[in-house]
Amino acid sequence: MRGYAYLKDVATLALNRERCTGCGVCAHVCPQQVFVIRDRKSKIVDRDACMECGACALNCPADALSVDAGVGCASGILTEWWRERFPRKRGGPASGCC
Amino acid sequence: MGGGIDESVPGFLGWLDTPAGKVARIATEWSAADHLGAWKVRWAIGRMAYLVPPGLYAVGTPDDSSPVVVTANYKLTWDLVRRVLAGRDAWLLVLETHGINVWCAAGKGTFGTEELVRRIAAVRLGDVVAHRTALLPLLSATGVCSREVRSATGFEARFATIRAADLPEYLDNGFRTTGPMRRLTFTLRERMALVPVDCILALAASLPVLAGCLLAGASLAKSSRSVEALFPALSFLGALLCGTAGVPLLLPWLPGRAFSIKGAFLGLLPVAAVGVESAWAIRSVLPALLCLPAASAFFALNFTGSTPYTSRSGVKKEIRRALPVMGLSALAGVAAWVAPRFPG
Repeated sequence: MRGYAYLKDVATLALNRERCTGCGVCAHVCPQQVFVIRDRKSKIVDRDACMECGACALNCPADALSVDAGVGCASGILTEWWRERFPRKRGGPASGCC
Repeated sequence: MGGGIDESVPGFLGWLDTPAGKVARIATEWSAADHLGAWKVRWAIGRMAYLVPPGLYAVGTPDDSSPVVVTANYKLTWDLVRRVLAGRDAWLLVLETHGINVWCAAGKGTFGTEELVRRIAAVRLGDVVAHRTALLPLLSATGVCSREVRSATGFEARFATIRAADLPEYLDNGFRTTGPMRRLTFTLRERMALVPVDCILALAASLPVLAGCLLAGASLAKSSRSVEALFPALSFLGALLCGTAGVPLLLPWLPGRAFSIKGAFLGLLPVAAVGVESAWAIRSVLPALLCLPAASAFFALNFTGSTPYTSRSGVKKEIRRALPVMGLSALAGVAAWVAPRFPG
């Protein structure tokens, strides 16, 4: 994203170029301009910009994309870890996360 | 939850007869109550119960060729969308996202394929419009699989624009998403809008810590200077403000990629304040240096969830690395603060 950069080399986004049909859906739905379509194939041009929202993988008709998408806010992740560790305690205080 | 659409929905103008029954026509301009409501949710007042009933609404006098705009039932989102449709005829299809905005609801799947398919059937959208296109916010692509919607309903779910503000241009240019319409921004104004909510939520969550600071301050202060009892709590508040207000506002200019680094850096400000106040006495400055940047870093880390560019893997990595450091630093700080004050 222009003017902003988060951690490098962490995004789990992967593209299978052999499966890709070059339809361009990924480039259309990606809010971070991670893809460009070149030679009728999608190409990841800015992996570090990927925020792992999962829109591309969900909408890819060729099943050529994968990404570990999910809640990305700190309080959400901490709540997740907490619930994994103490699975019996349901609910708890709602995280401030939307 | 939302309940059904009746004459009490905000901005209700009247009923419009359609082949699928009566549809509520709604105003595009905001009332005083809408403005007040928008202000209140920015300050975390009742924001989790700010919703409108899901279903189909009419803007202007739409007919069977008018566009269908899909949105969430968070009232602030709904308000922004109906306002940009001023002077137009359109259908507004509101999904049940339990009062959550488009982006977060799509991430959690409530603004998703299933709900869209269900809602299209429930309002009999196919009887209301002759075309088969539903315009979706671009950020809902995280939860909506366009081709599944088409095979289940016959409707093409088109991802239109990120911002509601770009909808008029999109509608006028023949449903073409231009570059700027698909580009996220995070301007100073957008970041500022997030600050009050984050501050208030952080304050509420920090009440036990503040109480602890006040108690410890009162018991450790020299009785001759009673105002000193407030210093620990004030220092903590300073760190909280650095993390929840300073970091969002100065985000692009603070050093580091990690939010905790940005927060820790800004947390040096309250340390400097403590230094000046205590004439740089080591027994005051050392605890401050260990505690305040750690606290500020923690609140800054929390802000990752409010930004539109951090990734889940990145935040996980940052939590794993930074949280133990913050915790240890804060503990060491408390020890350094308490220890010299006990004689012996």
